[in-house]
Amino acid sequence: MTEATSATEATFAKSTDAPEHLSWDSGLRRTITVYIPLALFVIGLLFPFYWMTITSFKPDHEMYDYKQFNPFWVNSPTLNNIKVLLFETRYPQWLITTMSVAAASTFLSVFSSVLAAYAIERLRFTGAKHVGLAIYLAYMVPPSILFIPLATLIFQFGLFDNPIALVLTYPTFLVPFCTWLLIGYFKSIPYELEECALIDGASRLQILWRITLPLAVPGLISAGIFAFTLSWNEFIYALAFIQSTENKTVPVAILTELVTGDVYQWGALMAGSLLGSVPVAIIYSFFVEYYVSSMTGAVKE
Amino acid sequence: MATVSIRDVFKRFGSTEVLHGVSVEIEDGEFVILVGPSGCGKSTLLRMIAGLENISGGEIAIGPRVVNNVAPKERDIAMVFQNYALYPHMSVRDNMAFALAIANAPKALIDEKVARAAQILGLTPYLNRYPRQLSGGQRQRVAMGRAIVRDPQVFLFDEPLSNLDAKLRVAMRAEIKELHQRLQTTTVYVTHDQIEAMTMADKIVVMNSGNVEQIGAPLELYDHPNNLFVAGFIGSPSMNFVKGKISGNAFLSDNGTRLPLGHGQGGSDGQATIYGIRPEHFLLDPAGVPAKVNVLEPTGSETQVMAEFAGGNIVAAFRERITARPGETIHITPNAALAHIFDAATGKRLIA
Repeated sequence: MTEATSATEATFAKSTDAPEHLSWDSGLRRTITVYIPLALFVIGLLFPFYWMTITSFKPDHEMYDYKQFNPFWVNSPTLNNIKVLLFETRYPQWLITTMSVAAASTFLSVFSSVLAAYAIERLRFTGAKHVGLAIYLAYMVPPSILFIPLATLIFQFGLFDNPIALVLTYPTFLVPFCTWLLIGYFKSIPYELEECALIDGASRLQILWRITLPLAVPGLISAGIFAFTLSWNEFIYALAFIQSTENKTVPVAILTELVTGDVYQWGALMAGSLLGSVPVAIIYSFFVEYYVSSMTGAVKE
Repeated sequence: MATVSIRDVFKRFGSTEVLHGVSVEIEDGEFVILVGPSGCGKSTLLRMIAGLENISGGEIAIGPRVVNNVAPKERDIAMVFQNYALYPHMSVRDNMAFALAIANAPKALIDEKVARAAQILGLTPYLNRYPRQLSGGQRQRVAMGRAIVRDPQVFLFDEPLSNLDAKLRVAMRAEIKELHQRLQTTTVYVTHDQIEAMTMADKIVVMNSGNVEQIGAPLELYDHPNNLFVAGFIGSPSMNFVKGKISGNAFLSDNGTRLPLGHGQGGSDGQATIYGIRPEHFLLDPAGVPAKVNVLEPTGSETQVMAEFAGGNIVAAFRERITARPGETIHITPNAALAHIFDAATGKRLIA
């Protein structure tokens, strides 16, 4: 968000340098056209996080009493909700399971997608285009339909209630996505570089490893982030294929374990959601520049 | 070093044929330039020598070995690309060392070869820089350095100077030529710029729409073009053409102007022909043909005159200072011995 703001500012700064016929471009105009819409947008996006955060630290009696306590503020912050979450539920284990499942399926998906995307985009084997299209069509099948046949498979392999079931099923939507993202990225790398490496004596795998992948790092990172986020937040497969409390992933566990009957333990629920979204947010913030450049830029020689 | 033989080579992309049986013999150590307008197939031919395109028919041999089915890396060639194709994520040193590193050459040997190439090209201070930190000319040199390091049998250049500005192009032209004289490696060079071809080549191959029009030394092509295409393509400003027919021992243009013929020009009486004369082969002659001056372009060393002559527009270049103004008429005559007669139907040069 800050990136976008500064970019807009830069364009506006440039236009104010321009000749005087642009002088109507006043501070007021900029406020109305840029800052107010941006502020509304930011508030709209960040409010759920804010709500989640304050609820996590609210004691129970404050949570339901809007008359006595300002609902948008915490009067007597408490760590009780987090204590409940960490020590009275299996939250740490859910977190570890989710983390390992997301990491493993991300690795698996990015690895196969690199090979698939490279083959489709660069080797141009007979039918490459159709294979690319077929992969895309696979992505079109909604998980809410796909989980039924997948469940049969999982039972047959004896993987029901095993996190490995998730590691193996998440690639069904991650691979198509990453493959298409990487095809686009590989396309932006000049083919001449590979031809040159070919003449220099490199084999296809050497070209992939020493020329294409180093240049595709931004693309790899955004594919990785996407895959990680999607598997981290995945719900339906995790709900269908996992039964025992200790093997659940965070999104499913929060909903199934922290709601007892029709009682919502809002404090613990919100604390669980907050802690669950922190790892993803951290990863995003580290790689945001690569992420932006892979969406907008190409490899420059 | 090696010879390169291109024998009756065809190239088809699907049902489109882009090369229609091209044959070129390249001697050991020769600097050969493939030149022609864009789309004539010269780059395709070069890429076929490199092994980046399949050969649809005929054969290409490097040295005694036919390479039709040999992978690029086995052909012992090095290629310089139009956009240099430097690996952006590697330093200049690593760029130059890449081929040897892939071949698992010993480190000492790599260092020695890179140092030597860098020294030849004046790149020693830049070895640790990245391509993006170099100017166009320096990138061009790195691309050549990458080729030199490998000591290949053949150098291939694909329009290497077209991304440089005019001044740098002239400088790099001389540099490449000097490099060739120093290394004596067989070189095939593709360009669309006939000046580059004329100044650098030992032998020029003029190509047009998938065919070889003529092969020869630069001045041979200049003095004895086989056909209208070569005559018009080689030389700047290009040759003037006047339409007409042979009439006795002279040429009669369509508007009735008589132009003299020298010895050795063919064509039978009454045959429809085209009279070709280079700009610098006009002489000022009070008894000559009147030409109405349209534009004068003095360059100092010579003056170029654009004029209406024998029913068409021509360019003539004179060493003399021309005092005529636009709109005035001067009298000029072509140097008959240096004129060419082409068959109007086939475009071939007619020789007696």
